[in-house]
Amino acid sequence: MKGKNTARTLVSIMLNEEVHVNEVLKKYPPSIRENLLDILHDIQESDPHHYLSNEALTAVATHLGMDLAEIKGTASFYSMFSFTPRGKHVIRVCASPPCQLLGASTVLDKLIDTLAVKEGETTADGLFTLETSSCLGLCGVAPVMMIDETSYGNLTAARIVEIIERIRREDETS
Amino acid sequence: MNLSVRSRSCIGMGSDDIKEGGKGLVKDITIRIDDKEISAPSGSTILEVAKANGFYIPTLCHLDGLTDIGACRMCVVSVGGKIVTSCTTKITEGMEVITNSDRLAELRRLNLELIFAERNHVCSMCVSNNHCELQDLACDLGMQHVEVPYAYPRLSIDATHPKFIVDHNRCILCGRCVRVCAEVEGAHVWGIAGRGRETLVITELGIDWGDAETCTDCGKCVEVCPTGAIVEKGKAAAEMEKHPQLVTTLKERREND
Repeated sequence: MKGKNTARTLVSIMLNEEVHVNEVLKKYPPSIRENLLDILHDIQESDPHHYLSNEALTAVATHLGMDLAEIKGTASFYSMFSFTPRGKHVIRVCASPPCQLLGASTVLDKLIDTLAVKEGETTADGLFTLETSSCLGLCGVAPVMMIDETSYGNLTAARIVEIIERIRREDETS
Repeated sequence: MNLSVRSRSCIGMGSDDIKEGGKGLVKDITIRIDDKEISAPSGSTILEVAKANGFYIPTLCHLDGLTDIGACRMCVVSVGGKIVTSCTTKITEGMEVITNSDRLAELRRLNLELIFAERNHVCSMCVSNNHCELQDLACDLGMQHVEVPYAYPRLSIDATHPKFIVDHNRCILCGRCVRVCAEVEGAHVWGIAGRGRETLVITELGIDWGDAETCTDCGKCVEVCPTGAIVEKGKAAAEMEKHPQLVTTLKERREND
């Protein structure tokens, strides 16, 4: 049983699956553990599936001279990190009280309906992953959602459909 | 976030060095515990001083020989009206400590009830029945029932290791396994992942224990686990006696060598 994970890591390195991880790690000096969160963010952003694979976490542990459990313990504390592959675009619906009062649950229902996925799932075409988030800091224009790095406020059912359709169109043409 | 404390204590820093270097600096300071004046070396924790002078403070995550982290909150005491964990609070000159009061007893019992309610602690159904520090503490503190509703989470049991089992349903997240593995065995297999009520102890990246290559199968985590969360396979409840003091002895002998 033991050795399975090393083998998997070696295979993924040989197949160059983790090239983006090595690119990120080159930017940071080894053994400086204070850089851990920055490194994890960089790796997740550069991954085509926006997640942290076990192989990536192992590479980070080696680079920083930290324990595997310590890396996972730190990363798993933050909801912004994902350990399962996600879609091309990550949608985060704010679930904090101000957004709730102004209809965040309706926003979530509309997205569930439009995308035909449940919370935490990815659409069949791999384009969108639907998640909820704690406060996004835009309470003045609640209810709010974030798609990748762009925030959308004052959401209505019609606007949600429009935004999703537009991103779908842009992806088809690009 | 300070992650460095643990590493510092375990990167082969000979304890002799600390003693040599520290000897000249350590001076005795005077504190007051329950109206009794006590002189103790500076740098000691309230818990150390209280125990050495015969005061009883309940503890759960504390184990002599391991770094204290204040995880279980059972050892709370009052310092000038402020509630602090005695295992992580260092003594200061003129400090006035109260180790027992009605309020402290109530806080400790409520805390203990919350620990019971968080996971599936049902003693009669547990492999560690009669050999459990959580159960002992409930008896000592006179906890007769749990007033908050049990959460009854359905957590996994990992029996992939050839010799041992980890049952998250009985884990109190004291972190003794994490500390003994890093500080005494030096294998760094265990960690704590997730947050809030979703928190679990993990091996390596959260993989099956049986697949964890860094595990040396030493069994120290089994011996220090205060409950039935980490146990040895093939043992009946009557045989499930743990020996956390082994780790304390080991640590002491290493320091004296």
